[in-house]
Amino acid sequence: MKILVGVKRVVDYNVRIQVKPDGSGVVTDGVKMSMNPFDEIAIEAALRIKEAGQAEEVIAVTIGPKVCQEQLRTALAMGADRAIHVETDEEIQPLTGARIFKALCDKEAPKLVILGKQAIDDDNSQSAQMLAALCGWPQATFASEIAIDGDSATVIREVDAGLETLSVDLPAIVSADLRLNEPRYVKLPDIMKAKRKPIESITLADLGVEQAAAIKVLKTAAPAKRQAGIKVESVDALVAVLREKGLIK
Amino acid sequence: MSKVLIIAEHDGNTLNGSTARAVTCAKDLALDAIDIVVLAADGSSVAEQAAAIAGVNTVLLVQNPANENAVAALLAPQVKALSSDYSHVFAPSTTFGKDLLPRVAALIGVPQISDIMRVESATVFDRPVYAGNAVVTVEAPAGIVVGTVRTASYPVAPNGGSASIEKREVAVDLPAHTRYVSLSTGGGEGRPDLQAAATVISGGRGVGSEDNFKVIYSLADKLGAAVGASRAAVDAGFIPNDHQVGQTGKIIAPDLYMAFGISGAIQHLAGIKDAGTIVAVNKDADAPIFEIADYGLVGDLFTVIEDLEKALA
Ligand SMILES: Cc1cc2nc3c(=O)[nH]c(=O)nc-3n(C[C@H](O)[C@H](O)[C@H](O)COP(=O)(O)OP(=O)(O)OC[C@H]3O[C@@H](n4cnc5c(N)ncnc54)[C@H](O)[C@@H]3O)c2cc1C
Ligand SMILES: Nc1ncnc2c1ncn2[C@@H]1O[C@H](COP(=O)(O)O)[C@@H](O)[C@H]1O
Repeated sequence: MKILVGVKRVVDYNVRIQVKPDGSGVVTDGVKMSMNPFDEIAIEAALRIKEAGQAEEVIAVTIGPKVCQEQLRTALAMGADRAIHVETDEEIQPLTGARIFKALCDKEAPKLVILGKQAIDDDNSQSAQMLAALCGWPQATFASEIAIDGDSATVIREVDAGLETLSVDLPAIVSADLRLNEPRYVKLPDIMKAKRKPIESITLADLGVEQAAAIKVLKTAAPAKRQAGIKVESVDALVAVLREKGLIK
Repeated sequence: MSKVLIIAEHDGNTLNGSTARAVTCAKDLALDAIDIVVLAADGSSVAEQAAAIAGVNTVLLVQNPANENAVAALLAPQVKALSSDYSHVFAPSTTFGKDLLPRVAALIGVPQISDIMRVESATVFDRPVYAGNAVVTVEAPAGIVVGTVRTASYPVAPNGGSASIEKREVAVDLPAHTRYVSLSTGGGEGRPDLQAAATVISGGRGVGSEDNFKVIYSLADKLGAAVGASRAAVDAGFIPNDHQVGQTGKIIAPDLYMAFGISGAIQHLAGIKDAGTIVAVNKDADAPIFEIADYGLVGDLFTVIEDLEKALA
């Protein structure tokens, strides 16, 4: 079977985000960009399924401008077999992204699609669920364990109440949570090898996908700042202030 | 007439408090009505609890054995079928709502606004991005407005209402491709719910082991508090996943949050920005958590907890 994996280029998780003074967005010029951390986990999950002999091919997919190929190269260096770059300079929101992935599912007929639980830029956490709706396939979001068993999969999900187990028929859409695995480090020879792996470039038009109605961003602002606090010198001093505020008895 | 439909989160018997927080948000929409839908196998008592929330007009009760557990693939087509009577469909931004609502939105064919933290108008909302390090004001396009409500931004709507309860049959085909197997809970042992507690005591990697976490639990019990944790503490197996606080864990707004042995990574801070008072105890005076703590205490967490226990005795 084939596994399709989403790879989004985002501002690296270690970057301190700066909002542009004119409210038009956040500063991305000269800022380190990386693969969305959840997508690294998604790639790793796909590779492990393949290494266990349960899949033949892992295909990394990104949607975005030319530079996103950097993240596809990382995915290929990790071990993905090939990559698809859906090239566009337009903003792609989850509903349109899901349409694109749906078109790719029609074309590639994967048995499993693994996306990240959320992209850490827009924090939407929608794409996997929307794709599952458009395909009419099962979804297993926030996965911390995936076990493939023939034509179905058992997925453990991290939910507010604890860990939920779902059984889904394949094909299915899974979204990867943090504890699914620890992604491998990429070694230099793998980076060299990845340069020879194919990246196919296609457009929305090639896939017959039109932009869905979109949410309009009117402005971007810095969040309300918390008042700077103080250091207390002792536990007694801490207890005293907390009692005074009525926070402890 | 414009109306909002809120999808109730529940476990079959009890309505989750996140639903009443979504009601508080929905009131800001200033529409003609706020309705709640309870999708359940039976759900009678859940519907009664929903009907008691002040400001709710009608509670729709959709009884179906398939709704025994909240499986998004089964619930979504039912919500979609009900949505045609509404201008807005909301759910709490808990794992329940996050799992279900995008599937509903895509079935309807509209985008979703995630984590609404402020209502500017019936179509314009504020929501956090980049782990809460920026806030965007967004406008929904024409069509049904589908959104999840950031529960930490809204208090629980009070009781005092007496909405009518209407049973509804929803005639849609439900898929057989997804089966609920089981739920294993972290075992809260009677402690308050992390998302509702007034006080939360949290431990990080600095706590050092599962065994050492006992001191966190003990202090929490003394204060009637819920227990939280950083991702590092959960990853290390000190404590189950449902205690994780942060960008990818729970976003909480207790009156008092006390962090022990947590460095204060932005992903963790994203979960506690709405706390009333933040106390941080860390042996490293330069730990970033001190930049947002109202009261910081530099020291060994074990010594501090011991002294706190004495002072509170
Ligand atoms: C995509 C993504 C999402 C993430 N989501 C989350 C999330 O939701 N929640 C979350 O918490 N993290 C999240 N993280 C992880 C986050 O980046 C940090 O790695 C994590 O929060 C660190 O946990 P910590 O503070 O417990 O550990 P550390 O950073 O290792 O800090 C431990 C602290 O304990 C102190 N300490 C040690 N011993 C003692 C002692 N005896 N007494 C007092 N202090 C002591 C140390 O000085 C140190 O400051 C996420 C990361 C990524 C990439
Ligand atoms: N532009 C994109 N290119 C590739 N994958 C994407 C893109 N946007 C979202 N995804 C996938 O969908 C996941 C969830 O994104 P979101 O729904 O935006 O939070 C990401 O972790 C990716 O796996």
